[in-house]
Amino acid sequence: MTSRPRFPYRERRHAAPVPGAPALEVRDLVVAHPSAAGPAIDGVSLVVPSGRRVALVGPNGAGKSTLLKAIAGLLPVRSGSICIAGLGVGACHHRVAYLPQLADIDWRFPIDVRRLVMTGRYVHLGWLRRPAAEDRQIVADAIDRLGLSPLTDRRIDELSGGQKQRVLIARALVQDADILLLDEPFTGVDARTRVTVAEAIDALAGAGKTVVAATHETARLAEEFDGVVYLDDGRVVPAPQGAFAGARFATEQRIRHSNAKAISWTG
Amino acid sequence: MDWLIEPFRWGFMQTGFAAAVLVGVTCAILGAYVVLRRMAFIGDALAHTALPGLVVAYLNGWNLFAGAVVASLLTALGIGWLSRREGVREDTAIGVLFTAMFAFGILLLSQTRSFRDLTHMLFGNILGVSPSDLLPLAAIAAVVLAALALFHKELELASYDPVYAETIGIRTDALRYGLLLLLALTVVAGIEAVGVVLTSALLVTPAAAASLVVRRLPALMAVAAAIAVGSAIAGLYASFYGGFSSGAAIVLACAACFIAAWGIQRIRRSVG
Repeated sequence: MTSRPRFPYRERRHAAPVPGAPALEVRDLVVAHPSAAGPAIDGVSLVVPSGRRVALVGPNGAGKSTLLKAIAGLLPVRSGSICIAGLGVGACHHRVAYLPQLADIDWRFPIDVRRLVMTGRYVHLGWLRRPAAEDRQIVADAIDRLGLSPLTDRRIDELSGGQKQRVLIARALVQDADILLLDEPFTGVDARTRVTVAEAIDALAGAGKTVVAATHETARLAEEFDGVVYLDDGRVVPAPQGAFAGARFATEQRIRHSNAKAISWTG
Repeated sequence: MDWLIEPFRWGFMQTGFAAAVLVGVTCAILGAYVVLRRMAFIGDALAHTALPGLVVAYLNGWNLFAGAVVASLLTALGIGWLSRREGVREDTAIGVLFTAMFAFGILLLSQTRSFRDLTHMLFGNILGVSPSDLLPLAAIAAVVLAALALFHKELELASYDPVYAETIGIRTDALRYGLLLLLALTVVAGIEAVGVVLTSALLVTPAAAASLVVRRLPALMAVAAAIAVGSAIAGLYASFYGGFSSGAAIVLACAACFIAAWGIQRIRRSVG
């Protein structure tokens, strides 16, 4: 049994992406929670090209969050592989930004928006180093880009659900991530601000970032995402008939040089 | 104003003052994390489990400080270990462990027939701090404050967003262990001033009061430290002039600050 990858939290670790490699490539992935008997992800393969917005949908317990956590390096991989820009998990881990569910963060903690977004720089700073002027500029730019400038000094418990989500996206930007893993980005977000979150995700994809989101909110899947992966019981399966009208579902095809069945996008 | 300065002609008041500052600052600043991470119960448990260490050291003529530090550190390691196990809920395990250890301490003490020593350990006596106790208190303050300063950004992040902290390679379980060890040291300092029973008040009340009136972590730590030091000095005077138990006076002064802070918050809310 393999253990969880341990990332070094210290100086910059840069590894050049493999040319031509997809943003994310998952092959025959099997992942089990340390306390559970059976695997939560049971043989998932998928390929996501750069600049796409992909939704993971499916019933509760289907493995959506587990898949995101495995890609983020939070869970041990039992078998199979995950490649990010052609590199193994952790080879250049600032490239992947994991955005926790809003409920996983203690929003009552006494810090402001600027300070939370700054934590995205920590992966580049490591122990003992304090943020420099350059880091502060990067943070200010990201806050501005997400339209959060008026809220810079606001305490994080005063934010709405949509603003919180945008703050997390700003943090992923200052982390300089290429892949953003969003766990339920629309939960706790009202209909009006949902549009602003969707726009932010759209802008990320426009800037070449890859977005993979686990979501329960499937009403606007076709507009909000380029492709959809339906998970059930830890496997990629066809979505139930008639569900998610208009959404583009992943089609199965073979990855070059591999016998693994994979899911990727056409068009 | 003579009555304010007058007591400081005495050496034990000067020592007590120095101890009040060291203990107040250390407890209050670490207390900010104790309050924000909801570790108040653990702080209370660590203070109580120091008692058998104190008593064993006392009965054998060892250094009391060392006895408390060893007992408290062992408990911190035990709690850290327990919290990673499944099957027994953490608060239940701590509740069982700390009351048993405390009872064991009292059992040992009941054989000594020295109730005066018992009250010292249980309720503290800041006027009884000897000059030789100041060095370990200063060492604890230096270690705790230096560690909190050096690892502030990681401790802060791991406190409110542990999942993200893990994804960038910060080991939140190791940080939690570290925090427990710092807490164990801090608790020993607190016992010196207010005793085993009341130490958790010194950890919790100043930081809780500060959290009602300020809105940023560094400011919260500063205000909490001011409240704790002010309360400790108030306790010194109460003990010097009124002969009150210094530990009880210090804790009540902290509580008064909490009520004042709560009042300020209410007024601000109704105005703004």
